[in-house]
Amino acid sequence: MFMQSNSPEDAASVLTPDIEGAAGWRRRRRELALADGATQVARLATASREMRRQILYTIENAGLGHVGGDLSVTDILTTLFEAVLQLDPEQPRWPERDRFILSKGHCAAALYAALSACGFFAPARLRHFAAALSPLNGHPNREKIPGVETNTGPLGHGLPVAVGCATAAQIAGASWRTFVVLGDGELQEGSNWEAAMYAAHRGLHSLTAVVDRNRLQQGASTADTNELEPLADKWRAFGWDALTLDGHDHAALLRAFTAAPTRRPRAVIANTVKGKGISFMENGVEWHHKVPNAAQYEAALKELTP
Amino acid sequence: MSREEAGTSATLDTFDCRVAFADELARMAADDPRIVAVCNDSVGSSNLVAFRKAFPERLINVGIAEQNMVGVAAGLANGGFLPFVCAASPFLTGRALEQIKADIVYSNFPVVLCGMSPGLAYGELGPTHHSIEDLAWMRATGSLPVIVPADPEQTRAAMRWAAASGRPAFMRVGRFKVPAVTPAGQTFELGRADTLREGNDITLIAIGSLVSRALAAAALLAARGIEARVLNAASVKPLDDETILRAARETGAIVTAEEAVVRGGLGGAVAELVSQQHPVPLAIMGVPDFAPTGNTAFLLAHFGLTAEGIAGRAEALLARFRKAA
Repeated sequence: MFMQSNSPEDAASVLTPDIEGAAGWRRRRRELALADGATQVARLATASREMRRQILYTIENAGLGHVGGDLSVTDILTTLFEAVLQLDPEQPRWPERDRFILSKGHCAAALYAALSACGFFAPARLRHFAAALSPLNGHPNREKIPGVETNTGPLGHGLPVAVGCATAAQIAGASWRTFVVLGDGELQEGSNWEAAMYAAHRGLHSLTAVVDRNRLQQGASTADTNELEPLADKWRAFGWDALTLDGHDHAALLRAFTAAPTRRPRAVIANTVKGKGISFMENGVEWHHKVPNAAQYEAALKELTP
Repeated sequence: MSREEAGTSATLDTFDCRVAFADELARMAADDPRIVAVCNDSVGSSNLVAFRKAFPERLINVGIAEQNMVGVAAGLANGGFLPFVCAASPFLTGRALEQIKADIVYSNFPVVLCGMSPGLAYGELGPTHHSIEDLAWMRATGSLPVIVPADPEQTRAAMRWAAASGRPAFMRVGRFKVPAVTPAGQTFELGRADTLREGNDITLIAIGSLVSRALAAAALLAARGIEARVLNAASVKPLDDETILRAARETGAIVTAEEAVVRGGLGGAVAELVSQQHPVPLAIMGVPDFAPTGNTAFLLAHFGLTAEGIAGRAEALLARFRKAA
């Protein structure tokens, strides 16, 4: 896909803003804001299709990754980055930016595709995903990757940090918002519920937690491993507003992410399909971190051709 | 406290470092609006009542939830604040170890992790509440500075250093009352050991509650014709390699003393250094295993962590290796 060098020196080079890419992203954001609902959804669908192609390329090229969860979270990320988050890719640490945390850090390839689509760095750098000495580590690193807010990887870490971000905004009286995307399996980690309890206690209405509810964890379904249901009721019992929607429905996601705040933090349980968009990957537990071979890669790309 | 309990031969006033910590935190917070205190239902035990009264919005008490406490501190730092996490050291470092590793140190957020009541401070409460592993755990974690102030003045200086450093730090804040050993106004410098007493026969390297006891041990040794050099290695990580290697060369023997397990703390750090750069006879004094029940003074005496105990260990080390030579 890309013809650039792939030497260790090249892979190790610092990630810098993609000025042209950032300008394109800003233009898309302006146009999207002015478009009617049907056009918005069509544009987001196009962005998701492109992100899925990038994810497949990135994982096939690296020979590793977590393709199933990357593809389940894609439409959530597209909606956030293409339509919701207030960011400045040329000033990644702009103090007034919205904070986005990918708690399911193993789906780094999806996050990197989203960040590169915004111009935080050039999409061509995705060829260095997980390469020796590359800043594009298998899990996100805020010191090396512009746009990453905190280093995730071990599960159950993102929500507490997001609660800290939202607490900072609350104390400072700032208007920026915090979004965190959680895997459903990782809700088995108790630290999430410590954080959920405290977020409600503080009334952190600027905080939105999105659960990528694909119903599969590494080895089996969540239901067969450690049942999460009734999941929305759990969040409500912890003092959150909770809504359940189709995590591949861009219009529903956009409504949920832009709805007027209440006095409570908001949980969005996004029902998704692991491996979404690639027929032979969908709902297959083996595609948690299986890497497509050349034939499978070609077949997958065909399914993503408009 | 009796002279025996203090482990010193002189009558000295002794101080709880938490009092200085609380006072300094409030002073610093008055000057720096970024400073917030984060705690785990430990407002009282961390001496934060006055801080809460002065800065109610800047006291974040997450309740009994250490993993969340450390993650929240990382998020507060992301949002532009400068958090001092104040929690009993066993629970801060043990319960939230992965959050310290991933959210604070690896993410490189400027958060000051304050291990309150460390070591054997909660002696009677037993090994669940003893914090003797904290130094080994924190030393093993990335480039996290590990600081063990010897007295209230050094506690204040270390706090000021940490706040200005712009990086994560772990510091112990002692509860067991100690005499003052740090000159007023002395600044803290990471990677610097202070030479508190000159001597060329042996070196005593101590931290925290053991610094004043090492000084008292040196006085006992002097009366027996042994001139001991005494170093306060408050910067356990990074160590002051130069000062410690010079001591190894010039004195030829080292005793380390700490209120921590004898694996992976100060003694381990000194052993890693001198064994590779300038091997000399070395004795590591501390706690060998889970400690029994008893108050702090009793337990320190139980493990020989007194002036007499340190002096005796120094004499034994010299006798053993001089005989061998």
